[in-house]
Amino acid sequence: MSHVPTGKPTGKEPAGLRYPTNGKTIYHRPLNRSKTSELSQSSFAYLFSEMVTYAQRRVTGIQELEKRLNNQGHPIGLKLLDLLLIREPARSQTRPLNIISLLQFIKMSLWQHLFGRQADRLEKSSNPDTPDEYMIIDNEPLVNAYISVPREMSQLNCAAFVAGIVEGVCDGAAFPARVTAHSVGGNEDGEMWPGKTVFLLKFQPEVLEREALIASKV
Amino acid sequence: MSYYFAIIGTQDNPLFEYEFGTSKQGGDGQAHFNDQARHLNQFVLHSSLDIVEEVQWTNGQLYLKAIDKFFNNYISCFITGSNVKLLLLHQPPSSPGGGASGLGAAASTRSSTSIAANPTSPQTEEAVKNFFTEVYENYVKATMSPFYRANMEIRSPVFRARVVAAGRKYL
Repeated sequence: MSHVPTGKPTGKEPAGLRYPTNGKTIYHRPLNRSKTSELSQSSFAYLFSEMVTYAQRRVTGIQELEKRLNNQGHPIGLKLLDLLLIREPARSQTRPLNIISLLQFIKMSLWQHLFGRQADRLEKSSNPDTPDEYMIIDNEPLVNAYISVPREMSQLNCAAFVAGIVEGVCDGAAFPARVTAHSVGGNEDGEMWPGKTVFLLKFQPEVLEREALIASKV
Repeated sequence: MSYYFAIIGTQDNPLFEYEFGTSKQGGDGQAHFNDQARHLNQFVLHSSLDIVEEVQWTNGQLYLKAIDKFFNNYISCFITGSNVKLLLLHQPPSSPGGGASGLGAAASTRSSTSIAANPTSPQTEEAVKNFFTEVYENYVKATMSPFYRANMEIRSPVFRARVVAAGRKYL
């Protein structure tokens, strides 16, 4: 690899730019990971609890806390979109062109990458007034595994972080949307999934407009 | 054959640009744009963004091939999943006499099959695709840096060196 710069900076580079001593930069590392490279869930849970604490430190309400968690996830989603796309085999490397294929991508590839399994269900809002709302349903979100929400904060769902990741993917793929996480487990007895979470995606009107336009052309 | 390559962010802001020439068939790897054309190139490239936005919804492929032509300038486009556009302007050498026929026999057969002389031939498309694919991979690596935020200019000299190498290898 003759084009790899050596440790010596040339005249054009700003002073103070340093290379790692072994000469390996982020560009020397492969983008593909083997399937078995998983992280330990306990270390993630520890890190995530710190993230929630950090977000909680300077907020006044639950909405603001969820907004902060959402913001923490957003850049991850933007980056994961390209990373997951480039890991696809060359034949099936396609950008999602409509909402359904975007949701499929999120449900299958994104969930598989983040949580090692697919999301449980996709739904479209049955309310005719809100055709722009879609739902991704996860019966037991991994991020909430070790989180117990105090009674006075029962509105809070820390999966807002995951909602932020999903929102980042949507925004990146040019489907701007608001994504929020809602607990729907309920407290009745016999509920099979007490931690059930719905990710509500509300797309911007221009997305639906474009969708109709594309559908009419085909 | 001269090339002008730019990466355009989602806000139509340039993230990276690079001018180079062909290294195939004795090319010196230097761009031969005149001073006026160098300013014009940026306009031509950005004006093709309108066409990108039309084409990108008809076709889910990342590589959109040659999408625009302005006189002797051809624009090829590669669009990433997160709507960042990789655009390449290529300008075949304008040969006197309006084509390869004006040149000597040996030179004409060689230049008529070269990717430089045929900006729309399948060989050129393939070469440009390989170039884009390699740059795309490095672009994704650049975005993997935790300090990189969307639509930031890419300043890394390593990235630039990689683009230069890809240009030399394929174009």
